[in-house]
Amino acid sequence: MNRINTALKQDKKLLSIYFTAGYPSLNDTAKIIQDLEKNGVDMIEIGLPFSDPLADGPTIQESSTIALKNGMTTQLLFEQLKDIRKSVNIPLIIMGYFNPMMQYGIEAFCAKCQEIGIDGLIIPDLPVNEYHEHYQETFEKYGLINVFLITPQTSDERIRFIDSVSNGFIYMVSSASTTGAKSTFGDTQQQYFERIEALDLKNPQIVGFGISNKETFTQATKTAKGAIIGSAFIKHLTNEGVDTIDKFVGSIR
Amino acid sequence: MNYQANEKGYYGDFGGAYIPEMLYPNVEELRTTYLDIMNEPSFKEEFDQLLKDYVGRPSPLYFAKRLSEKHNTKVYLKREDLNHTGAHKVNNTIGQILVAKRLGKNRIIAETGAGQHGVATATVCALMGIKCIVYMGEIDIKRQAPNVARMKMLGAEVRPAKSGSKTLKDATNEAIRDWINNPVDTHYIIGSAIGPHPYPDMVTRFQSIISEEIKWQLKEKEGREHPDYVVACIGGGSNAAGTYYHFLEEPSVGIIAVEAAGKGVHSGESAATSQLGKEGIIHGCKTLLMQTSDGQITEPYSISAGLDYPGVGPLHAHLYKTARGEFYSVTDDDAMAAGLELSQLEGIIPAIESSHALAIFNDKKFRPDDIVVISLSGRGDKDLDTYIDYFKL
Repeated sequence: MNRINTALKQDKKLLSIYFTAGYPSLNDTAKIIQDLEKNGVDMIEIGLPFSDPLADGPTIQESSTIALKNGMTTQLLFEQLKDIRKSVNIPLIIMGYFNPMMQYGIEAFCAKCQEIGIDGLIIPDLPVNEYHEHYQETFEKYGLINVFLITPQTSDERIRFIDSVSNGFIYMVSSASTTGAKSTFGDTQQQYFERIEALDLKNPQIVGFGISNKETFTQATKTAKGAIIGSAFIKHLTNEGVDTIDKFVGSIR
Repeated sequence: MNYQANEKGYYGDFGGAYIPEMLYPNVEELRTTYLDIMNEPSFKEEFDQLLKDYVGRPSPLYFAKRLSEKHNTKVYLKREDLNHTGAHKVNNTIGQILVAKRLGKNRIIAETGAGQHGVATATVCALMGIKCIVYMGEIDIKRQAPNVARMKMLGAEVRPAKSGSKTLKDATNEAIRDWINNPVDTHYIIGSAIGPHPYPDMVTRFQSIISEEIKWQLKEKEGREHPDYVVACIGGGSNAAGTYYHFLEEPSVGIIAVEAAGKGVHSGESAATSQLGKEGIIHGCKTLLMQTSDGQITEPYSISAGLDYPGVGPLHAHLYKTARGEFYSVTDDDAMAAGLELSQLEGIIPAIESSHALAIFNDKKFRPDDIVVISLSGRGDKDLDTYIDYFKL
């Protein structure tokens, strides 16, 4: 069974962390992953940096720009991850934009992911219909779970279609926004969380965008299976470096 | 061969809508309504009336006698430079502001590189009394001060794009991010035949007035609707798309595209996307784009700020791949010389973008009885500083 599905079966709310590979320093990737697991994080999204990350706010844009300047490439990331399964057991997901994957070659990219032990992909600019028509077969051949986003504006009908194509979890974007920390969730979010809960989808949901601290994590996971923290963790790395990851994770739960 | 976008927005292998889910409702709303809106009689009436009374259309099709003699062929210039705001850009912004009004949007965003599309958008927003925000790269804001001032005078807010390379592609990213954050009340007026479906098709249709007029104007002057060649410069490709549109399915008309070679196609400072680009995704669209082997989008270069876009519209990628279009690239130096030549032979100072199209005579020899229509997409006023520096005037 895919590690993502195994993790989702646990009787607890999952904490998932995103970071940009190659940031703050080029070779921090393995250490960040190992430290996150050691401190009880349940799942990790490894960001493959892109020059034009149009779904991301300033924090992830900046970390991506620096990661690329540091010399991060798709090939180098695969190189850095080649032995990661010797030390890490939690699910690992690569999150990135479609163009760099296309240039690597979609089939070659998927094959490499399987070889390393990557469990899934999140590709914000690969729409569900394109995936379904052209890529689903390849992703599944290599045992990869592709995760789709939904937003408060996504219609029930479209959510049901996304649910039918998904076989891991659904990434619930908390509000109509790009990525980046926001302090609280209001009534709009609560209503949205409840609307999704009422749809009784086959895939569990994990909330992302705007989760930055214990309070927002708790709010988001009241109905959802888990939550993803990205920008707030990147800010922590920017301010405190890679040696106090325990402190960050400890502040969430 | 078909040169229309299919219902999913593909021209052959190129196009589509590679957008994050956050943009899906906005783009879907537009996709399901744009053709119906454009076909409404009241829309057509308002669009035609504004093009006539406000923009000053039809733009003349001018027989350039001295230029023709110099190059020993028959050259007509389609005078988009005489439009209000000085370029073809306004054809599209008039169309899109009318679409936005019918969709009930009360806030407009746009990206701009050199500032021409920003000015054309600020203009139509002033005309309609709608709030306008233009994203412009921080570097371009410094390079194009007069157009920034124009936009401000027209009541628009100019927001600097400070991410990435701080130029047109980053301004486009910022506009897309704004749209993600404002999904309900905002319409995004894209300025070129790029972006997710339905933008390339919608922009092309609004710009197709150019070739529609060429047909009847040429009929009046030459007794036939079809020239032997139509020539246009290509950055994203909106003036080219409009210039070619009504001739695409007419094999007797040669389609000529001129890209900016900058300091030379292989100099490392170029914007010749069809030659240097590979298939990929930029700003929601599958097309040819300049990128590293790792798939990072690179920064193009041209002396002309309107041509330095790292991608090309999907229609043009299709014309290139199917060889329906002949693609050439012209260096900074050759374009500047062609701009000077037109100024002194015909008394018309062209935009440097258009000067690239005018430099076609270096690469392509026409027959004496060929009719060659060149899109003079914009006027050179905005480029005077560049001309002054270059020619030490």
